[in-house]
Amino acid sequence: MTPLLAVEQVTKTYDMGGAPVHALRGVDLALHAGEVLLLLGPSGSGKTTLLSIMGCILQATSGKVIVGGRDVARAAERDLPAVRLRHFGFVFQGFNLFPALTAAENVEVALGLKGVRGRAARTAALEALAAVDLADKASALPANLSGGQKQRVAIARALAGDPSIILADEPTAALDSTSGQLVMDLLRSLASRHERAVVIVTHDSRTIRYADRIVAIEDGRLASTTEAVA
Amino acid sequence: MASLARKNLFHDRVRFAVTLTGIVFSVVLATVQLGLFLGFTAATADVIDHSGADLWIVSTGATHLEGVTAFGEQQAFRAMATPGVARVEKRVVQFGQWKRPDGAQEGVLLVGFEPAGELGRPWNVVAGDVRALEQADTVFVDELYADKLGVTHLGQTAEIGGYRARVVGFTRGIRTFTTAPPVFTSFKNAQNYFGLREDQVLALLVSVTPGADVAAVQRALAALRDVDVHTTAEWSRRQQTYWMFGTGAGITVLIAAALGIIVGVVVVAQTIYAATVDHIREFGTLKAMGATNGFIYGVILQQALTSGALGYAAGMAIALAVATASQQGTTAILVPPWLALALFALTLGMCALASIVSINKVTRLDPAMVFKG
Repeated sequence: MTPLLAVEQVTKTYDMGGAPVHALRGVDLALHAGEVLLLLGPSGSGKTTLLSIMGCILQATSGKVIVGGRDVARAAERDLPAVRLRHFGFVFQGFNLFPALTAAENVEVALGLKGVRGRAARTAALEALAAVDLADKASALPANLSGGQKQRVAIARALAGDPSIILADEPTAALDSTSGQLVMDLLRSLASRHERAVVIVTHDSRTIRYADRIVAIEDGRLASTTEAVA
Repeated sequence: MASLARKNLFHDRVRFAVTLTGIVFSVVLATVQLGLFLGFTAATADVIDHSGADLWIVSTGATHLEGVTAFGEQQAFRAMATPGVARVEKRVVQFGQWKRPDGAQEGVLLVGFEPAGELGRPWNVVAGDVRALEQADTVFVDELYADKLGVTHLGQTAEIGGYRARVVGFTRGIRTFTTAPPVFTSFKNAQNYFGLREDQVLALLVSVTPGADVAAVQRALAALRDVDVHTTAEWSRRQQTYWMFGTGAGITVLIAAALGIIVGVVVVAQTIYAATVDHIREFGTLKAMGATNGFIYGVILQQALTSGALGYAAGMAIALAVATASQQGTTAILVPPWLALALFALTLGMCALASIVSINKVTRLDPAMVFKG
């Protein structure tokens, strides 16, 4: 089966005041539809750097990043927003909702970027919110939502435009256990029911049971890969 | 895009109020300072611009009206004999010393003209008849300076250069650049006040016959010896240049106006920059979601221009109120339509420029910042 996303021998080196810092040292990883992949590792291990490169937010120093069958590792920076827009939905640890916009409007912004506007955008936004069980909060501002509700709005926003890959950075870190469980259930169902690929960077051991595969990173290298027991 | 920009702007009302306050302050400061500059500039040449003359004849090399030297009145007869000249009237403008009824002294700008003539007469007359100035020792003063001159009513007497001066009329709103109030009197009275000989004048005002070419008459009058001939516009410019650029007071006003613009520009730029940087994380999120730089620029620019337009409207309303109030005082703030339009363009331009500076910050923004909790 052709992976939705693959990284091959990816490295990332930062220049820190003249001294090279190797954040990733030749990582290979493939991601398939319907799969939930957990990236685990201590702080500074390179998890977020890998997630950023997989999401075409950051460019690799070397190696290949194949999205939808096309290597975008060397693509011009101006071409990357279109790749992100078409293939990815992002869920952030800090939610990153627009505080001035209601829940529905937050989703509509993402739809607007994909060219869906007006009544069609409103309908799609309400559907996305209904999918995360927040139809009744469509008119609420983020300030009036709980942490769990905010993260579900963020997931609804990530789903806008029906991307094939969801990248989530510590999606449960700021949530209590009940809300965290709800968010993980949602992400799991996106993969199982809707054939999306989901990558989750996390420190949270409670999330392990939702994964199909767990990849541990240490010092910029894949330390281990564990397949979940069916 | 419009909705995001507008809602971003109005959501944090305190932040928005701070932004608007900065822009309003800048607009008021720049408008008032430039308006003062224009008011002072206009005041330097008010008696020239309102003279009704086409040409002025003054002593050779004169740089300003108050600095002319006397010349013989036979030049008036020669000028009259020049083809195209319809009228020549004598004029005296000099600083003098006014002794108030209570004995205190004030400097005044004495303007002597021919009451029976048509040129160089006082304007905005609100009390008295200009023909009354044909009587000996009579003057018109301006209401704006009545207190300063110790004048409370018509018929009151003071002294100029040791000679009696009886107030027979009032004007309203005739200002001078210096602190010396304008005082109008007849040419003959002015000769007495300054001790000029009967055959001496300080300036001649010329009007040309209807249809005559002013430039041609000016060239013909250039044949007169020991005098310069200027069109009213030229002489007005020369007067303004002397006072505004050739004196310390003028330079001070000019520097104040320039500082007003610079401070205004800096405040607007900083205000807009800070407002944009406040939303930097949201722009990072947009970028990570796949928004193009063009989309983000549009949001930032729209926020900046909306702030600029609203701040300008409020600031200009305040500045116009101040300018209107200033018309009751001795220092007028002039805000002609072109200045209001120029400042509107400057305000929007500065907002756009400041937002472009912050756009640069967004351009260099690492979208991965959104992953930093």
